[in-house]
Amino acid sequence: MRTGRSWAWSFVAPALLILGLYLVYPTLATIYTSFLDRGSVHWVGLENYGYAFTSPAMLTAFRNNLLWLFLFTAATVGLGLMLAVLTDRVRYEAVAKSVIFLPMAVSFVGAGVVWKFVYAYNPPGASQIGLLNQIVVALGGQPVGWLLERPWMNNIALIVVGVWIWTGFAMVILSAAYKGIPRDLKEAARVDGAGEWQLFWRVSLPYIQSTLAVVTTTMLINVLKVFDIVYVMTNGNFGTEVVANRMYKEMFQFRNFGRASAVAVVLFLAIVPLMLLNIRRFRQQEVER
Amino acid sequence: MRRDILAWLAVAALSFPLAPVLAAQGGTVTILGTWGGQELAAFEKVLEPFEAATGINVEFTGTRDLPAVLTTRVQAGDPPDMAALPNPGQMQELAAGGHLVDLGKVLDMKQLRNDYAPVWVEMGSYGGKLQAIFISADLKSLVWYDPKAFAAAGYSVPTTWDEMMALTDRIASQGETAWSIGLESGAASGWPGTDWIEDIMLRTAGPALYDQWVAHDIPWTHPAVKRAFEIFGQIARNPRYVYGGPTAVLSTNFGDAANPLFTKPPGAYLHRQASFITSFIREKNPGLVAGEDFTFFPLPAIDPKYGVPALGAADMIGVFKDTPQTRALVRYLATPGAQEIWVAQLGKLSAHKRVNPNAYPDELTRKMAEVLVNAQVFRFDGSDLMPPAVGSGAFWEGVLNYVGGEDLDTVLETIEAAADDAYTSGKATD
Repeated sequence: MRTGRSWAWSFVAPALLILGLYLVYPTLATIYTSFLDRGSVHWVGLENYGYAFTSPAMLTAFRNNLLWLFLFTAATVGLGLMLAVLTDRVRYEAVAKSVIFLPMAVSFVGAGVVWKFVYAYNPPGASQIGLLNQIVVALGGQPVGWLLERPWMNNIALIVVGVWIWTGFAMVILSAAYKGIPRDLKEAARVDGAGEWQLFWRVSLPYIQSTLAVVTTTMLINVLKVFDIVYVMTNGNFGTEVVANRMYKEMFQFRNFGRASAVAVVLFLAIVPLMLLNIRRFRQQEVER
Repeated sequence: MRRDILAWLAVAALSFPLAPVLAAQGGTVTILGTWGGQELAAFEKVLEPFEAATGINVEFTGTRDLPAVLTTRVQAGDPPDMAALPNPGQMQELAAGGHLVDLGKVLDMKQLRNDYAPVWVEMGSYGGKLQAIFISADLKSLVWYDPKAFAAAGYSVPTTWDEMMALTDRIASQGETAWSIGLESGAASGWPGTDWIEDIMLRTAGPALYDQWVAHDIPWTHPAVKRAFEIFGQIARNPRYVYGGPTAVLSTNFGDAANPLFTKPPGAYLHRQASFITSFIREKNPGLVAGEDFTFFPLPAIDPKYGVPALGAADMIGVFKDTPQTRALVRYLATPGAQEIWVAQLGKLSAHKRVNPNAYPDELTRKMAEVLVNAQVFRFDGSDLMPPAVGSGAFWEGVLNYVGGEDLDTVLETIEAAADDAYTSGKATD
C-alpha cells in the first residue's frame, strides 16, 4: 500500500513541478508585484489596488465587463441551446452545425478585424464599405458610427462579435448532451401526454442541466478574460474599456507593472470562484456517470 | 578528435591578433522595429551595401506593437541586438534602466557633433551619454492640398491662420467642406489629433510654454492648453468644416484621411498631416504626381510673435548589445551615405547635415527638408516625450473624447489627473 502511494507520487511529481513552475510561481510573483510601484522597486502597499477599484478607467471597465457577463453569457448559452435543439430536427444537421461552429476557427483578433469592416463608417453620401451601414443606407437610413455610440451601442456591437465566435461552441456541447437524453424517456413523456414545449422544459432541460451549468460557467470565465476583440476594434476608447484590456495597457503601453499586476490579481480573484464552481460541476457529472 | 582540437587551437591562436577585424566579418545583428512594407523594403536597401561589404547578416523583425514586444524581451533578459525606436520617451526609459549601450564609445563624437545640430544630439542622449542616433525625421506641421482643385475653385494658399480660417469659412459657405481629418489608428487611435494640438500650442503659446507643458510644469487645465484644444475643436468638431463631421473624424483611418482631397469633385480641400503621408497618398491614389497633384504649405502662424515653428518626429536607433557587428552597423547608419539611401527610398527627411539634397526623390521632399532646416523653432512630438500613460494614453483618449463631444473641461481634468499620477510616480523610480 505504502509503496503504491510513493509510486503514484513519482508519477505525479513532474506534473506538479511543471505546474509549480508555470502556474503557481507566476501567480505568486504577480501577487507580490502588485504591492510594488511601477518599476517593481518600492513597496507601495495597497495603492495599486486603490487604483484597480476606484479609478474611472477601471470603473468603466468593471461596468462593461458586467455588461459582457450578462449579455454574452445569456446570448451564447441561450442561442447555443436553441440551435442545439433546432438543428437536432433538420436533415442537414451536420452542415448547419458546421456553419455555426465555423467562427470558432477564427481567432479573436481575426474576428475583430473582420467585424471592424462590418461596422465601418463613411460619411453620408460617400459609398459605404461597411456591410451594416450598407444595409442601413439601402433601407433609406443614415449611416451609423457603430463603434462610437456610447455607452450601449458600441459595447453591444463588440459583444455581438464575441457571441458570433462562441455560440457554435455552446451549441456543440449542448447538442451532445441533448442527444444523450434516452429516447425512451422522451417517448414515455409523449405517451403520458406531454406536448413538445412541456417535454423541453420538464424532461430535456432538467436532463442536460449539469452540462448547461458547465457551459454557462465556461462562458462566464471566457467573458471575464475578454480582451482581443476590444483591443483590436476600439482599444477601450469611447467607453468600451474592459478589465483585461486595462491590464494590457498598464503593462505594455504604460509600463506600470504594479498596477498591471493588481488588475491581473483582481481579474484572477473574480475568476477563481467560477473555476471552483466549474470543477465541482465536473466532479458531480463524473459521479452521476 | 584530438587533431581537431589542436587545429582549432591553432586557428584560434593565429586569429587572436586579428580578432577585432575578423569578428567584424560575418555574424548577425538582430534589429527590432516597427517598420513593415515600404519602410522595411527601404531599410533593406540601406543594409545591402553594408551586408555586402562586411558579410554581416542583419535580421530585422518588424512589429507595430514595439513597446510591448520590446518591454517583454528586455525584461526577460533577451533584448534584440539593436532597436529602431519611434520615440525618445521610450529610449529614455530604456536608457534609465541601463539597457542601452553608450554610443559615445562607438562613434566619433566630434564628427557626430559636426553632422547633427545640437538639438538632435541632445535628444539622443540620456545622462550625458549618447544612447541613440537619428537616421531620419518627419515634419508634421504641413497642410496638404491639391493645387489643381485649388486653381479650379479659385482658392489661394493661406499665409496666416486667419486667412486659412477665412478660406475654411468660404468653402463651407459654398456648401462644401474644407478639411479632412482621420484620428483612427487601431490601438494608437487619437495620435493625429495630439499632433494638431501640439502644433497649435507651439503657435499660440510658444516653445517655452510648450516645453513646460510637455514636462508637466503647467497643468492641463492651463488656459493655453485649453485654447489649443478649442482652436482644434473649431475645425474638428464643426460638421460644416470637416468632412463627414466628428463621426467621420473619429472613424476614419489616418492613412485614408487624405483620400477625399483627390475625389472628383473633392470631398475636402485641406489635410494637415506629417511628411510621411505622401507614401500613403501615392499608395492609395496611384497616378498622382507629387508637386503637381498634391503639395503642401506649412501650417501658418497664429500669433506672429511665435512665427511658423516646425513640429516633428524622428526614427532613432539604439543598441542593446555591444558587439563588433552592432558597432559596425551603427557606424554605418551614422554616415550620410546610408541615410541618403533611406530618405531617397521613403521621402523622409534627414537631420544629417552632410546628406546631399539631391538624394531626395523629388522637389516636394526637398521643399519639406527646407522647411525643417529653416524653421525658427523645432520641437519634437510632445506626446512622444510625455510618460506613456499620458502621451499615448490619456492624451490620445482625451482628444477622441473631445472630438466625440465631451465637455472640454472634463476632458482636460481627466488628462490632468492621469498626468499628476504618471509624472509623480515616474519620478519615484528615478
